[in-house]
Amino acid sequence: MAAADQDRIIRVRGLVTRFGSHVVHDGLDLDVRRGEIIGVVGGSGTGKSVLLRAIVGLLKPAEGRIEVFGQSVRDTSDAEYRALRRRWGVMFQDGALFSSLTVRQNVEAPMREQLQLAPDLRETLAAIKVRMVGLPENAQDKYPSELSGGMRKRAGFARAIALDPEIVFLDEPTAGLDPIGAAAFDILIKQLQNALGLTVFLVTHDLDSLHAICDRVAVLADRRVLAVGTMADMLEVDHPWVREYFHGPRARAALASSVTEGAA
Amino acid sequence: MPKSINGSVQLSVADARLTLTGRLDIGVVGRLDPHAILAQGQGQGVSVLDIAGLSQIDTAGAWFLLDLERRIATRGGSIAIEGASAVQAQLIERVRANLAPDDIPPPPRKSPVDHLEEFGRKTASAGRKSVELISFLGQTVATIAGIVVHPKRLRLTSLVHHCQEVGLNAVPIVALMAFLIGVVLAFQGSAQLRQFGAEVFVVDLIAISILRELGILLTAIIVAGRSGSAFTAAIGSMKMREEIDAMRTLGLDPVTILVVPRVLALMIMLPALGLIADVSGLVGGALMSWIELGVSPAVFQSRLVSNTDVWHFGVGMIKAPFFALIIGIIGCYEGMMVGGDAESLGRMTSTSVVLSIFMVIVMDALFSIFFAVVGV
Ligand SMILES: Nc1ncnc2c1ncn2[C@@H]1O[C@H](COP(=O)(O)OP(=O)(O)OP(=O)(O)O)[C@@H](O)[C@H]1O
Ligand SMILES: [Mg+2]
Repeated sequence: MAAADQDRIIRVRGLVTRFGSHVVHDGLDLDVRRGEIIGVVGGSGTGKSVLLRAIVGLLKPAEGRIEVFGQSVRDTSDAEYRALRRRWGVMFQDGALFSSLTVRQNVEAPMREQLQLAPDLRETLAAIKVRMVGLPENAQDKYPSELSGGMRKRAGFARAIALDPEIVFLDEPTAGLDPIGAAAFDILIKQLQNALGLTVFLVTHDLDSLHAICDRVAVLADRRVLAVGTMADMLEVDHPWVREYFHGPRARAALASSVTEGAA
Repeated sequence: MPKSINGSVQLSVADARLTLTGRLDIGVVGRLDPHAILAQGQGQGVSVLDIAGLSQIDTAGAWFLLDLERRIATRGGSIAIEGASAVQAQLIERVRANLAPDDIPPPPRKSPVDHLEEFGRKTASAGRKSVELISFLGQTVATIAGIVVHPKRLRLTSLVHHCQEVGLNAVPIVALMAFLIGVVLAFQGSAQLRQFGAEVFVVDLIAISILRELGILLTAIIVAGRSGSAFTAAIGSMKMREEIDAMRTLGLDPVTILVVPRVLALMIMLPALGLIADVSGLVGGALMSWIELGVSPAVFQSRLVSNTDVWHFGVGMIKAPFFALIIGIIGCYEGMMVGGDAESLGRMTSTSVVLSIFMVIVMDALFSIFFAVVGV
């Protein structure tokens, strides 16, 4: 089983999180495999963002064990946690760019913090990342408040991949984008995942993204992961919310478009 | 023979092939010297960069390889990158597609004329800002006048809330501050007046300076630091989160809802705080005169009543609403000027405090001249 364990880049067991008396997760289990794009879906307020924050160690769960790269996220020394943190990148739901820094400086920030690089080199590498996510050249020196919502998302993504992490956590990257922009973002994620060998933990509501790029889908409901599997598996799950979600009119439309695209 | 050029990456040169083995990632790239590598390959006329032995490359590594390639190209040579795995090749191509465009013009250098221009621009924008501030004042006063005509428009709950916030909650600090000022005045005054045997004049000294100037001026400065900054921060963060825009689209007037209650609350409460400061300053002064000079409270009181013109108190109180208006308007205006970023919030908050204290002191000076001319 050693190989299978190696394969599991994130392992969550028996996770319990609560805010006061409000229980968000109750005995949640989840595995993420190396190199996959896993889509995490669930109704608003089911705790997708909270799960993400717990995995990256921003939030202390009440109970349970979270391992990333086979190492517990909570019971580590500061030095170990810093080393761990270098191996993942996070893009928050609302971008969370540093508003006093330009886009390029935002991407430079993690490099500055974690590595001793010459300023020139840092700038060159950051500029490459900014171009990689498809931002125009004149966006490099703009401040976040001067960008559109979609551009801010791209900039957030550029900062998340600044250090070529092994895992990126993306919290609803395509929310609020126009359908064309969202599709382009999906393709971008997929391409960079291939090029950089990323594992992607993708929180999303976007059925098109799920069809287009996710290898597996995890459904959060009733305070735990209700089902994990491919999109095809999801159609079989017998739970009211899941059925509604994957069989609803939008789901059918997304499925139809992904089938015709596949055929074309 | 492989030569380690760095802990985790090795270099060897043979048969016109430059071979890299090991790991080439962002942690390594920063410590590599491309000149040294090129110098190694120089004499041998290398034409192939063999990276089959590289176990790991990332974006930075790919950039480094492309940078080597470019350096060799600029010297008129050429080199082919070989042995990349499919994934590595894909990464290298992706980075190549995103290298800096060659035609970026270098940023123009600043000449003295540019500095002069910048100075001019700053002056012009300061002038513009004063005009805007005055028009904001006008708008607020007009809105207040509108409320006088239609009292229903007043947000009473909000007004009461702000009265509590800027007035009631400031009482302890204002009272303590004024008390201490009274103590200091009595102490310093007695040391001087005793030399002339004119101890009892300490009462006049304390009464005039506190009632006329210090009580209200120091209260205004404390309130500017306490409430002016709070106004800027609160309105500024609403501006940042587009709440102000949201209000406008809902047909709600931010001046009526946010500015007027704050400014009115200050105009009501600052005179009250000034009164409290006057009383507690006199108490502090009386206490210290008693201890230091043996001027009993009864003597202090009778001399205060008989010798101090009530106009000294009047002058202080007349100034209070004007100071309040200055603090409130500047605090709210700077809040409205906050941009989209967190830094501007901090900058505007400190500007608001500095500017309102400065303007309060300017106003105080103008009042001194005015009262001197009218002879009170
Ligand atoms: N800091 C907090 N304090 C109290 N409760 C919180 C906090 N953060 C999240 N919650 C609660 O936890 C629950 C899950 O929130 P979470 O942000 O994870 O939802 P989500 O699944 O990401 O929803 P969405 O799809 O709308 O982003 C919500 O009910 C929320 O009210
Ligand atoms: Mg969320």
